[in-house]
Amino acid sequence: MELSGGEVLIQALKEEGVEFLFGYPGGAVLHIYDALYEQNSVKHILVRHEQGATHAADGYARATGKPGVVLVTSGPGATNAVTGIATAFMDSIPMVILSGQVQSRFIGSDAFQEVDCIGITRPCVKHNFLVDSLENFAETIKKAFHVATTGRPGPVVVDIPKDFTTPGITVPFEYPKSVNMRSYSPAEQGHPGQIRKAVDLILSAKRPMIYSGGGVVLGDAAEQLTQFTELLGYPITQTLMGLGAFPASNKQNLGMLGMHGTYEANMAMHDCDVLIAIGARFDDRVTGEIDSFCPDAKIVHVDVDPASISKNVTVDVPIVGNVSHVLEAMIALIRDTDKRADPADLAQWWATIKQWAGTNCLAYEKSPDLIKPQAVVESLWRATKGDAYITSDVGQHQMWAAQFYGFDKPRRWINSGGLGTMGFGLPAAIGVQLAFPDEIVACITGEASIQMCIQELSTCLQYGTPIKIINLNNRYMGMVRQWQEFNYDKRYSHSYMDALPDFVKLTESYGHVGMSIDNPADVDAAMDEAFAMKDRLVFLDFQTDQKENVYPMIEAGKGHHEMRLNPARELA
Amino acid sequence: MRRHVISVLMENESGALSRVAGLFSARGYNIESLTVAATHDPTLSRMTIVTIGTERVVEQIIKQLNKLVDVVRLTDLTEVQFIEREMMLVKVRALEHGREELKRLADIFRGSILDVTDSSYVIELTGDDHKLSAFLDAVGRDNIIEVVRSGATGIARGDKSLKP
Repeated sequence: MELSGGEVLIQALKEEGVEFLFGYPGGAVLHIYDALYEQNSVKHILVRHEQGATHAADGYARATGKPGVVLVTSGPGATNAVTGIATAFMDSIPMVILSGQVQSRFIGSDAFQEVDCIGITRPCVKHNFLVDSLENFAETIKKAFHVATTGRPGPVVVDIPKDFTTPGITVPFEYPKSVNMRSYSPAEQGHPGQIRKAVDLILSAKRPMIYSGGGVVLGDAAEQLTQFTELLGYPITQTLMGLGAFPASNKQNLGMLGMHGTYEANMAMHDCDVLIAIGARFDDRVTGEIDSFCPDAKIVHVDVDPASISKNVTVDVPIVGNVSHVLEAMIALIRDTDKRADPADLAQWWATIKQWAGTNCLAYEKSPDLIKPQAVVESLWRATKGDAYITSDVGQHQMWAAQFYGFDKPRRWINSGGLGTMGFGLPAAIGVQLAFPDEIVACITGEASIQMCIQELSTCLQYGTPIKIINLNNRYMGMVRQWQEFNYDKRYSHSYMDALPDFVKLTESYGHVGMSIDNPADVDAAMDEAFAMKDRLVFLDFQTDQKENVYPMIEAGKGHHEMRLNPARELA
Repeated sequence: MRRHVISVLMENESGALSRVAGLFSARGYNIESLTVAATHDPTLSRMTIVTIGTERVVEQIIKQLNKLVDVVRLTDLTEVQFIEREMMLVKVRALEHGREELKRLADIFRGSILDVTDSSYVIELTGDDHKLSAFLDAVGRDNIIEVVRSGATGIARGDKSLKP
């Protein structure tokens, strides 16, 4: 089969099983767009801004586990995509970004819409390739998908000079069956000796704690994690990225840990004697002050990326490998032995944890006059029976979503944890909804974040994605305001959202349904009304309490045991 | 803090060097010197990086380098017996009474004089970091016009080798 470069690309995407290509045309990719015309194997989703394309592909990848694919043009197309690429990189999301480039003979000449895409993206990709010939094009695409999806996943950029996609210039096409890269062979199985050592330590614990992260979601190891945790009967906490990998409703679950984690999870971290870290990376928002992190604990760390081990915190038993394989091996060893943690020790540990949980750290003051943001998330949980795909933007609403929407399944909670990208939620929801047209998808956002990619409402109309947007509108960049209240003597410098649009009218002008809710008594009914409109996008603009803060909180420089609790807890 | 000499075998592809340089600057690691050239296998480059850091930082440097998709293999030469060599070209002021002395000094350090004018010599010298520094000290700062150093290269002693 003789194909042009543009056709090679489409054929390669088909071979990779790509359903959707999120993109935006431009000069350098016109040949590719021509090849996309009148074919049905890959569905192109036209976004309204390249950032939207990357977040939509990212949301698709997070919800499905399959790589998200993006097509952008050279220059501004590529630079607009960078925020989305960096977002995926920080959260280890498999993506392939195809960027147009000026003709190879013009590279370096400051040609129209030329930018050094390889150079710009280098620090925020797992790897990138500049296509150097039409002959190597198919193999390069194969390598890109391989690198993006194996080991610790991540975004891979393929920069494609326009002349390699010219119609009429063809090569014989054969898509490689496998990839041979001598410089790339990610670890799969953990070291058996290390696994044995870890299990010995785990079974000798008096005050054990399991701390799991996004790696369990990415590695599709939720089932193994649940088995492992239930078999041991130990308490477990998850990172922001790990929510849903262990059911929130399970009694052993202490909820999220870290800066806005629960009191019981953080106290148990601080006091544990054996910490079992699984697919987590000891991020600074998780550890708090590193000098007072788990002072008494021996630490086991399972991670697919050797560079994650002992990066921020020195660990005692490192295991490098695929999380699901390592968990299976550990489960088998535990089943094979009668050795168990002393039940009396464990009972006492659980009693201590129950006491901490009695603090009721997530309780908040109810109000008959003001809509409490937490109450909106709880209402959303009820309206969706706790089984929706929830995307979020970044800030207070993100933390309330994480705290109050109990996720029982993995890949349901989709947010930008590492980079903290405002504007992520709406386009990500598009990707999720396209992947699962029959499922409920809601985007929890705020009036500041939503405006960063609001143009994608137009994409939603074009492709009929009936997303429900839950806007917690407190007329502030809430998290900035909260830090200014705590740390800057209430000097609210530029955190007030003045001159806000009328979101109802704005949504309506995009052809969707808008609702404004300002009475707490109307919250549940509004949710029910919105979710009854199964084939419409509904923007629910909740006017919420401006002064509400996210509690509990570990402030800068403090340890897990020094949480700031909600002063209004008793009023709850 | 200790000095480490890290030898890296990587794909000889455009951009591979900037991946390494970018990694060091992005993560705030020290580079004392960095040399790179193709090997007898033209598809592979060999890079020698000299860095200074705590054990923990150097462990991270090695892991992060290993993580680069273009890196085939690497080794910390300072963990084994190894040979280190660097080449230096020095242009020195060589006036009447000092010319003989400089010639003798070059001989003592097994250097060779590559270029001569009425007032200067260009001296080539090969050795490890200490030897080159000792020569510069012996010549004296006031007499040095220019110094060009290649950066260190290194290879393990014995049968061990860095192969793909």
